[in-house]
Amino acid sequence: MRRLVLERRAETPWALTLASPLLAVALTLVSAVLVFLAMGRDPLEALFVYFVMPVSDLWGLQEVAVKATPLVLIAVGLALCYRSNNWNIGAEGQFLMGAMAGGWLAVSTHGLGAGAWVLPAMLVMGALGGALFALIPALLKTRFGANEILTSLMLVYVAELLLDWLVRGPWRDPQGFNMPQTVVFAPEATIPLLMEGGRLNLGTPIMLLVAVLAALLVARTLKGFEITLVGEAPRAARFAGFDAKRLTWTVFAIAGGLAGLAGVLEAAGTVRMLQPGLSPGYGFTAIIVAFLGRLNPVGCLVAGVFLAITFIGGENAQIMMQMPLDVTRVFQGLLLFYVLGCDTLLLYRVRWVREQAA
Amino acid sequence: MTLFEAILLTVITASTPLLIAAIGELVVERSGVLNLGVEGMMIMGAAVGIAAAITTGSSAFGVLAAVLAGMAMAALFAALTLGLATNQVAAGLALAIFGLGLSGVVGAPFVGVQREGIGAIEIPYLSDIPFLGPVLFAQDPFVYAAFALVAGVSWFLFRTRAGLVLRACGENHASAHALGHHVLRVRFLAVLFGGACAGLAGAYLSLVYTPFWTSGMTAGRGWIALAIVVFASWLPWRAAVGAYLFGGATILQLHAQSAGVPLPTQLLAAMPYLVTILVLVLVMRLRGGGAGPAALGQPFVPDR
Repeated sequence: MRRLVLERRAETPWALTLASPLLAVALTLVSAVLVFLAMGRDPLEALFVYFVMPVSDLWGLQEVAVKATPLVLIAVGLALCYRSNNWNIGAEGQFLMGAMAGGWLAVSTHGLGAGAWVLPAMLVMGALGGALFALIPALLKTRFGANEILTSLMLVYVAELLLDWLVRGPWRDPQGFNMPQTVVFAPEATIPLLMEGGRLNLGTPIMLLVAVLAALLVARTLKGFEITLVGEAPRAARFAGFDAKRLTWTVFAIAGGLAGLAGVLEAAGTVRMLQPGLSPGYGFTAIIVAFLGRLNPVGCLVAGVFLAITFIGGENAQIMMQMPLDVTRVFQGLLLFYVLGCDTLLLYRVRWVREQAA
Repeated sequence: MTLFEAILLTVITASTPLLIAAIGELVVERSGVLNLGVEGMMIMGAAVGIAAAITTGSSAFGVLAAVLAGMAMAALFAALTLGLATNQVAAGLALAIFGLGLSGVVGAPFVGVQREGIGAIEIPYLSDIPFLGPVLFAQDPFVYAAFALVAGVSWFLFRTRAGLVLRACGENHASAHALGHHVLRVRFLAVLFGGACAGLAGAYLSLVYTPFWTSGMTAGRGWIALAIVVFASWLPWRAAVGAYLFGGATILQLHAQSAGVPLPTQLLAAMPYLVTILVLVLVMRLRGGGAGPAALGQPFVPDR
C-alpha cells in the first residue's frame, strides 16, 4: 500500500514562495467552474462575469480600487498581528468603530459650516477609535490571558449593535424618512475625489502609502524583525530581550488603527454616511487577504486587488445571473483553504511512500 | 404552567444547541486539535438539515443530513490540518467563512418556508411530576440527546481506555506516538465527532428553535460554544453549566426586551457577547492561567 507523507524541507525554494499563492488562485478557479456546473450555470459565462468583467473597463477598475482600499488597509495591519502570533479576528468591529468615531465628528459638525479641519480630524478620530477598540482584546490577553480570538470576535457583534443603535437612535437623520442612517456628510466632512465624476477618492493613495510604509517596517526596521521573531521563535525573542506583551499592544493598536482608518475612509469617502450595512464583511475578507498575501504588506496589496475583483464579480453575478451573493463567500473560503494547503508545500515535501510492514 | 416554568423551558431550549456544539468541540480540543470553524459547521447543519427535511418531508432525515453535513465540513478541516499540517487557527477561520457562504447558497431556495418544528416527547408518568415533570421530562429529543452526550462523553473521556488515549494525544502527541498510538487517526475521529455535534446543534436551530431558515441564523453561537469549552476547563459537566449560563443570559435579555426595560434593545442584544468576554476574563483570573490540553493547536507530523 502506498501512502502520502510529509517531510520537512531543509530550506524553501525561492520560486515556491511565489508559486504557492498562484497555485491557490488557480485551484480556486477550477473549483469555481465545478461550483458553477453544480448550480447548472454556464461556467465560462460565470467566470467571465466574476473575474474578467470587473477589470474590463475604466469604471470597473475604479470600483476594484475603491473596494481594495479597505481590504488592503485592514489586511496590512492583520498581517503584522498574525506574524507575531496575535490572532486578531475582530477587524470588522474595529472598522465599524473607526467609522463611528470619525462619523461622530461629521454628524455633530453638520450644518455648522465648520472649516477644512474637520476631515483630517475625522481621520485621526477614526484611527484612534479603531486602535482603542482593538486594545480591549490586547489588554484582556496580556493582563488576564483571555483568548484574543474569542474576545476580538465577540466585540464585532458589540460594534455592529452599537452602530445599529446610533443610526436608529441619536444619530438618525431627522429628514431621512425614518431610514436607519445618518445625514449625508457635508462636503467638508467628505474625502475628496481624485477626479471629477469618478468614484476613486483620496483613500486609495493613502492605502498605497500605508502599504509601502508597512513593507519598510517589516523589511528594514528592528521593530519589523521583532514582530517576526516573536511569532516564529518566541523563546529566542525572550532571550533577545523583546517584550512580547508590549508587542501585542503595539500590533493590536496598529491593526485596529488601520482598520479604523479604513472604516472612516469608507464612511466619509465611498458611502458618505453611517448605516448598518456599512461593511460587506471587509474585516473578515481581509483575513483572507492577509494570508493570500503571505503576511507581507506588498503581497497584501496584490491579494487585496484580487479579492476586490471577486466582490465586484459577485455583485455583477447577482444582478446579471441572479446568483446568490453568498457564492462570493464560498469562493473566498475555498481560496483560504487552498492558500493554507499550498503553504504546506513550502514547509514540507509531499511524498508517496510504500507502507512499511509494522 | 407557571411563568417561572415557562422561563426555565425557554432557557433549556436556548442552551441546548450551545451545549451540543460545545461538547463536540470539547472532545476535539481534548485530542489536541483547535477547530475554530464550529460556526461554519453549525450553520451548514442548520441549512442542510432544513433543506433535507423540507425535500424529504421527514425531520429525521433532516437531522441525519445535518449531522452528515457537519461531519463533511469537519473532514475538510481534518484534511487540511491533519493531512497537510496547516495552521489550525487559520484553517478554522476558513471553515467558518466557507460554511457561512455555502449555507447561504444551500438555504437560498428555502428562505421563508415554514414547517412544523420537531415536537416534545413526554416521558410517561415522569412528566406528570409537578414542576420537575414539564421542565425535565417533556422536552424535544435534542434536549435528552444533549444530556446523553454530556454523560457519554464524560464516561468515555475519563472511564475508558480509548478516552485515555485521546487525552494523551492532546497532552503530548510525541509520547502517544512513541507508545504506538495513531495520533492522526485519533484526532481525525475526534474532529469528525465535533463536526457531527456541530451539525446536530445546527439542526436544532433550524428544525426546532426557529423552524425556518434565515441566512446567518447561528448568530455567533458557534463562537460562544468555543468560549464555553474554555469556561468549562475542558470538563463535560462544566460545559453543561456554561451552556445554561449563556442560554440564561440570552433568555434574560429577550424577556427584558419584551418587559419593556428602558434600555436600548441593541444593548440587551449585546449582552450574551459581553457576558462571554466577561466570563473568559473571570475564568482566566480565577484559574490563574490556561489549563487546556498541552498540545492544543500544535500540528503533528509523524516521523516514519
